[in-house]
Amino acid sequence: MNKIKQRYRYSAVLLKQLVKTDFKLRYQSSFLGYLWSLLKPLFLFGILYVVFVKILKVDYGVPNSGIYLLLGIVLWSFFAELTSTSITSIVGKGDLLRKLNFPRYVLVLSVSLTAGINLFLNFMVVVIFMIISSVAVSKESLLAPIIFGELFIFALALGFYLSALFVRLRDINYVWEVIMQALFYATPILFPITLAPLWLQKVLMLSPLAQTIQDLRYLLVSKQTSTITDVYNNNPYIRLVPLAITMILFVTGALYFKSRSKYFAEEV
Amino acid sequence: MQEDTIISIRNLSKDFKLPHQKMNSVKNAFTNAFSLGNRTFEVQHALKDIDFEIKKGDFFGIVGRNGSGKSTLLKILAGIYQPTKGSISVKGKVVPFIELGVGFNPELTGRENVYLNGALLGFSEKEVDTKYKNIVEFAELERFMDQKLKNYSSGMQVRLAFSVATQLAESDILLIDEVLAVGDASFQKKCFEYFKKLREAKKTVVFVSHDMSAVEQYCTNGILVEQGAIVQKGKAAKVADEYKKLFINQYNTVTSKTKRPIIGNGNALFEDVSLKTIQKKSREYIILKVDIRFINDFEKPIFGFSIKPENLLQLAGTNTLVNDIEIGKQHANTKLTIECKIPNIFNNGIHYVDLNLAQDKTSVVADRWAEAASFVVKRKQTAPYPIVLDETIINFKEQE
Repeated sequence: MNKIKQRYRYSAVLLKQLVKTDFKLRYQSSFLGYLWSLLKPLFLFGILYVVFVKILKVDYGVPNSGIYLLLGIVLWSFFAELTSTSITSIVGKGDLLRKLNFPRYVLVLSVSLTAGINLFLNFMVVVIFMIISSVAVSKESLLAPIIFGELFIFALALGFYLSALFVRLRDINYVWEVIMQALFYATPILFPITLAPLWLQKVLMLSPLAQTIQDLRYLLVSKQTSTITDVYNNNPYIRLVPLAITMILFVTGALYFKSRSKYFAEEV
Repeated sequence: MQEDTIISIRNLSKDFKLPHQKMNSVKNAFTNAFSLGNRTFEVQHALKDIDFEIKKGDFFGIVGRNGSGKSTLLKILAGIYQPTKGSISVKGKVVPFIELGVGFNPELTGRENVYLNGALLGFSEKEVDTKYKNIVEFAELERFMDQKLKNYSSGMQVRLAFSVATQLAESDILLIDEVLAVGDASFQKKCFEYFKKLREAKKTVVFVSHDMSAVEQYCTNGILVEQGAIVQKGKAAKVADEYKKLFINQYNTVTSKTKRPIIGNGNALFEDVSLKTIQKKSREYIILKVDIRFINDFEKPIFGFSIKPENLLQLAGTNTLVNDIEIGKQHANTKLTIECKIPNIFNNGIHYVDLNLAQDKTSVVADRWAEAASFVVKRKQTAPYPIVLDETIINFKEQE
């Protein structure tokens, strides 16, 4: 029992220091510092807002379509950052792996937490916009942290798989870039999901990424957002499918990572 | 496991699989998936049937030549590598010093690096806080702690890393690789003082080295690893003796004719080298025989050699210019054999011979062969000097 406590204490100490270092290093020599992590999605949002809302006049079927779009982009940026930084999180620390025995998952967790902190900062910007546009928030909004949690676990699960695979197959990062491109358009971020035929909506919404993004928009921006239950005739149990996908991916990903992590030091 | 046994290793083996065809791209993985049977590995047996235990308070030496598997063993003890077969059980916390300053980042300040390095060794910020003053004092870097590490000299970096490691480590078991003892003389002295303190404090230490004087001085017992297997275990002195014998066996047959980097213009090359000893009237001489092949016509060859014990960079040597010997012009495709009779004035231990061939001036190197041969000196008495002037004539006269 004491040994387990020891082990987790070590992980916690290390995790804290790694996240801290990561933040220090990332924005150390740039003039605007932390602001950059906010400005990046804001610029992307600005461009997409002009193109999709102002020029193409896409109808999202919701009020506050700007915030609706912004929230989607912020969530996608988080997912993209977490998965792509976790790919190299093990290989990039090869030197450390060969010289110290520490719980390897700390490395994946540290880049995930960094992405999580960035999400939090970005989300604060969304909140500011929500306050400015006086978006009505209901009691249901309190469920949002659970959905954030689901999204985090889904991304972390992929992070475990990707980082461990990258040790053996060094072109996983290119493969993942391509998959991300596809995933971006398979997720209703820029376009309203209702544009797609119903059968396709049914398929797309099973992705935990689409489900969580739409749920968060529903909870925080507009009740008119089309969620997974809307697509499946208000069947509340359908939500269990993306949840199950997330949990299965997480458990198998963690187990796969654990079984491979013993050999990281030799293979890296 | 007995009460006081702290590390126990049973029938441990470690193999490394070296794939003949590197398979680290998806394309390769796909194409190879259809021909799994054809994929060949070269299995390298790094460690075979290792079996020993370390008791609480031991200063345990692991010695062996380069490539014998001792570093692999240390990494298994540290939990970095997994054994292929057999078991290892460790009671207590292990802190490895396989390299100083693991995880040091040049972009961070000295202070930030102390905390990062501390965390990697398992110490929280609070714990490092309490020792921070000691660390800085010991490293003598008070004025530099808020500067970035990249602005440190390499000596300062080593000092800081060593200070963090030694001031923080209060764990049950310390694993120390020999790299710790590199650096300038004053730093080495600090290292050895630290070892002495560890030994006095009855800490359990595993020390990997091929510096036999350090092993004899600090270790209580140990093992000798040769080609992945234990060939001797027990008291440190016995293990160290056995290690030196590995070199005596090479004494007449002489070392590597394997590939070596050619340093020089290549107009002539050392082909062979051999060493033997002769006794003459209780004096011992080392006979160094060298074959040189001349590739091109060669004006005024100058031959030289130097001898060093393993812990020094240079000790003694001479060349034909210093000894006032003229070899004369050599023609292409001829061979020359040189024989030197060197008085054995060396202290106990392993010594290496470097060979040098220059053209006309000592600065124009034709070939240089570092550590071409090695020999071991065994005297009845160990002298506290690297060179022993035992041919000195000492007279004494008793007076009333």
